[in-house]
Amino acid sequence: MWYYEKKLQYPVKVTECNPRLAKYLIEQYGGADGELSAALRYLNQRYSIPDKVIGLLTDIGTEEFAHLEMIATMIYKLTKDATPEQMKAAGLGAHYANHDHALYYNNAAGSAWTATYIQAKGDPIADLYEDIAAEEKARATYQWIINMSDDPCLNDSLKFLREREVVHSQRFREAVEILKFEKDRKQFF
Amino acid sequence: MYTPIKCYQPYHGPFDPCPSRGTVCYQTPPNLYLGFQPPNLQQFPIQEALYKGTLWPALYDPYPTPLEKGAKR
Amino acid sequence: MKQATDPAKERYALMEKIQMVDFALVELTLYLDTHPQDTQAIQQFNQLAVESRDLKSAYEQRFGPLRQYGGSFSGYPWNWGDSPWPWQL
Repeated sequence: MWYYEKKLQYPVKVTECNPRLAKYLIEQYGGADGELSAALRYLNQRYSIPDKVIGLLTDIGTEEFAHLEMIATMIYKLTKDATPEQMKAAGLGAHYANHDHALYYNNAAGSAWTATYIQAKGDPIADLYEDIAAEEKARATYQWIINMSDDPCLNDSLKFLREREVVHSQRFREAVEILKFEKDRKQFF
Repeated sequence: MYTPIKCYQPYHGPFDPCPSRGTVCYQTPPNLYLGFQPPNLQQFPIQEALYKGTLWPALYDPYPTPLEKGAKR
Repeated sequence: MKQATDPAKERYALMEKIQMVDFALVELTLYLDTHPQDTQAIQQFNQLAVESRDLKSAYEQRFGPLRQYGGSFSGYPWNWGDSPWPWQL
């Protein structure tokens, strides 16, 4: 089971009410390479992968939920006091018509999250390569959002999340190495 | 040693309507080069690691990549 | 370090310390998942786990429970649901 902890993994600060940025950030909330997809992808793959890497999938999958909460916090702070007029001007008119100020799992273009964003092939190497690719894609998405954002506080949190993708990719690459080698062989010398 | 960013000049045809973007760059983060992380790598102090996003300088990849002195993006 | 007197300031300062220690614990967890024989990293992990536990009990005495389902003790009345939640901080 999981335990909730009443804290964010990283402090999230936002400089100004800017629903435009929220519209882009939703990509990492309910988009194909977003944090929800990541968490569900890794936690779901655990049931059909060698025991040696189940711990890693569990721990990275769990961390992804902490990232999902950070993204939600950013969107919440950027939109909570925005007027319908401001939402409309930010390109969130269609979102407002359906959801008011509620968050929803869709991507920046408004398409709802779908399970087809994630894969589970049951082949350990195929699944770990998918995970490595997912981390690189999420890293790239953070770069594109950082390139468009002019909020220094928000960018600070986004840079943290981008760096986490680099570390996760590193660990998944190591997991592949572990599965490549004979049982119980030392991985470093 | 590796560089965290690579750049190239995309082909610009005489009938391309937009002015050329010039040099285009992409990131090549440290996880592409580190291999299986060796033990006992140097660490950031605990107070700093959070703000770097990693405990190990060997995995730290600031973005945007800091420009070399005098360079233009 | 300067002594913070404002309770809100104190909350953020203490929370930041917890975030720092817990972040190192996350990093070491993922590292140990692929390096299960690194004694030094395990030692550092266990030390930081003690530090984290101590920081959290100090925080909880001032600002209420952090962990769900019995991970933290409750005050009276039941104060688990008190604001602010993490996204409101």
